[in-house]
Amino acid sequence: MQHTDRRDFLKLAGLAGVAFTAGLFPGRRADAQASDRAGDFHFVQFSDTHWGYSGAANPDAEHTLEKAVTTVNGLARQPDLIVFTGDLTHTTDDAKVRRERMKRFREIVSALSVKDVRFMPGEHDASLDRGEAYKEFFGATHYTFDHKGVHFIALDNVSDPAAKLGDEQLAWLAADLKQRKPDDRIIVLTHRPLFDLQPQWDWTTADGAKAIELLMPFKNVVVFYGHIHQEHHHMTGHIAHHAANSLIFALPAPGSQPKRAPLAYDAAMPGKGLGTRDVAVADKVTLVELPVTKG
Amino acid sequence: MYRRTLVALLAGSALGAAARLAADQPVEIRISAKKFEFHPNKVTARRGQPLVLVLTSEDRIHGFKMPDFGVRTDIVPGQETRVSLMPEKPGSFTFFCDVFCGDGHEDMDGTLLIEA
Repeated sequence: MQHTDRRDFLKLAGLAGVAFTAGLFPGRRADAQASDRAGDFHFVQFSDTHWGYSGAANPDAEHTLEKAVTTVNGLARQPDLIVFTGDLTHTTDDAKVRRERMKRFREIVSALSVKDVRFMPGEHDASLDRGEAYKEFFGATHYTFDHKGVHFIALDNVSDPAAKLGDEQLAWLAADLKQRKPDDRIIVLTHRPLFDLQPQWDWTTADGAKAIELLMPFKNVVVFYGHIHQEHHHMTGHIAHHAANSLIFALPAPGSQPKRAPLAYDAAMPGKGLGTRDVAVADKVTLVELPVTKG
Repeated sequence: MYRRTLVALLAGSALGAAARLAADQPVEIRISAKKFEFHPNKVTARRGQPLVLVLTSEDRIHGFKMPDFGVRTDIVPGQETRVSLMPEKPGSFTFFCDVFCGDGHEDMDGTLLIEA
């Protein structure tokens, strides 16, 4: 397994700054917020909004999600769709409060101008009740859809509190992939890393390697996920995995300190380490990180 | 003189064997789990001393994972879960709950310190 940090990716892509192209769909470079070729499109990834969190790591927690919605609504080129890769809400033992948080979260994100919005759960949403409340508000926890020639697969590695996809879902994934051709463009959305990013911090999926093995025969696969509250890029063979920033608080780089405690809030830079991501999909995939800037 | 030396050698040998036997006998360490802590959460042992961790839960199912030793198990209330370990190198090794148990789950961890 090969670890690749952002600097390596930028070097590989020959780019610098906040945007880079990952050589996932070979043939042509795409420019984020500029591509308009038929069949090309953008989507925006939100992750780890943790609605309902209250704590020192983000004194502005009640407003950060709304600011991110405003930021995305202000993009010059609106995305075709928006995905949320889990931890929509912050966990609570109280099932009633859990539903209130999901209801309020849904109200806030209903202000997004783009109406094609796809959700998936994180462990904070789904692990305490195996996704029961989540399904009431947002539907299935794993599913597929197609958009302009790209096959999206949303995988649920959180409804099982032991962070497993499970044999049933893996069989479902295998059956879906049987219908794909080796050069189909496939985007996988999930919450936890499918690979062993940092086992000592539980940044893994117990049976994620089985999903990667199923995906490996396909040439054009990219995975977008959350959970680790930071931008991170990694390759398993030819499959790229991109973790997104959170909208609640940032976590330290994998293994950089003894514990995975939230990074301290910086009052001088309240949105530091937080944001969403614009993804331009063409022959290649171009990522642009979007800080939370609008009030 | 010869007899005294022989007795001393035999006694020394017996003591050495006893020490080896003691080192070979696993030391039991009991660790209980509840939301959102292990007790104790700091455990010390000696390199080369076999260990048996006896894990119990006071409230709900928790997990126990220690990646450096390839160990992971559920801890089920009302049951003792026994995990055998052989610490072969000194160091500080993390264990943690890997069954999501609520707000505080991420802080439910501990350390096994192996002394040389």
